[in-house]
Amino acid sequence: MTVISMNSVHTPVAPQDGAQPMVSFRDVHKSFGALEVLKGIDLDVMPGQVAALIGRSGSGKSTALRCINGLEKINGGELTVCGRNLRARDFELRELRKEVGIVFQSYNLFPHLTVEQNVTLAPRKVNGLDAAESRALAAEVLEQVGLSDKALSYPEQLSGGQQQRVAIARSLAMRPKLMLFDEVTSALDPELTGEVLRVIGKLAAGGMTMVLVTHEMAFARQVADLVVYMHQGRVWEAGKGTMLDDPQTVELRQFVGSGL
Amino acid sequence: MLGVSIDQYGFLVQGAFWTIVLSLMGFVGGTIVGLPVALARISRGWFLCRVSSAYVQFVQGIPLPVIMFVVYFGVSIYGFDVNALVAAAIAMTLYSSAYLGEIWKGCIQAVPKTQWEAGECLALTSVQRFIYVILPQALRIAVPPTVGFLVQIVKNTSYSVVIGFFDLTYSAKILNNATFKPFVIFTAAALIYFAICFPLSRYARRFELRLHRRNA
Repeated sequence: MTVISMNSVHTPVAPQDGAQPMVSFRDVHKSFGALEVLKGIDLDVMPGQVAALIGRSGSGKSTALRCINGLEKINGGELTVCGRNLRARDFELRELRKEVGIVFQSYNLFPHLTVEQNVTLAPRKVNGLDAAESRALAAEVLEQVGLSDKALSYPEQLSGGQQQRVAIARSLAMRPKLMLFDEVTSALDPELTGEVLRVIGKLAAGGMTMVLVTHEMAFARQVADLVVYMHQGRVWEAGKGTMLDDPQTVELRQFVGSGL
Repeated sequence: MLGVSIDQYGFLVQGAFWTIVLSLMGFVGGTIVGLPVALARISRGWFLCRVSSAYVQFVQGIPLPVIMFVVYFGVSIYGFDVNALVAAAIAMTLYSSAYLGEIWKGCIQAVPKTQWEAGECLALTSVQRFIYVILPQALRIAVPPTVGFLVQIVKNTSYSVVIGFFDLTYSAKILNNATFKPFVIFTAAALIYFAICFPLSRYARRFELRLHRRNA
């Protein structure tokens, strides 16, 4: 478990009355063939909130995350993201992707492009920014992740932690309303996870709405307004980070105790 | 030199010139037809995929000399008088497009699926993803096998001898009839083929090594 120190402390956001949730699962089901991975998920993430999905591998947490930006299509129930119903007839997947950023465990940077080109490709091609605008944008988001000096490097010249921060900057360059993080530190050496978690912590402090799948329990406790323990395709327990200190179910107690 | 005059060696070089011309035509034609074939092979459209797959299997299942005959004699039946160069170029185009299409299909598929996914999540359209993300990476992968296949193209142009196209092999055959020095003449022809192909093989190998080093 990595314990990190953060310069900025995130103040939990209480859901406001009347506000629409940014992400809303209602009895969501998802199967891969005969295997039912999500067995009726209910979950609300309010604007400005940070939700951490935790659980053992195979619990469905990554699948739930991938459903949010349409990488996996749900088989049942209702899923609303940024006010768009993903099963509506007029649902536009590309429009959703402009508003939802995702960062993967394996970075998935474009190896043939420089850091700056990685960051500006989508803003230029999708949002039509010109060269000067996109360069200014790259400078801004690379500064946010502390990599201003690497704009002209290629991904292969960077460490894993730096590559992951570029991946975060690449998502931020689309000015998303919602950021998804799928086990973004799992492929990193322990000494590199801290720098990535600090960037995510800073984003949380800045008010970004985020859903993250993580194994970093200390981090989840620290930044998440909502910790969601998933087990066997269901939301088993959900609550504030303090819930981890006092698990109500045997499964969560075992999970926390196992040190994962 | 070895009972063959300088002029006669010059005759071989003339043949070699046409071998190179035909090779280039085969490669250019093969690229023009092969690229769409590769794209059709990976397309999600059922029809395009089937048709291109059938094309590749059909062409690959026919020996190149037979393709040459079919194009050369087959077309003239319908009243078009094709000369040997045109017929040979069409046959080489058919042949190389089927193989290049298959090679390039593999190169496009060699780019990790997660690259498509990353592009998709950034709201790039499928065409944008292909042009800006996949194609540049596939091209880099494609250089060694493509240059390698050029060697096959150069060697296989020799089949155009069956329709009487004047290339290196054909000029050697004529020269042999005139001089009765088959060993000298065909050895000379072999050396010329080798001189054309060897640098290509070396280039392919060097590109391959560079690629491996980059990926290491």
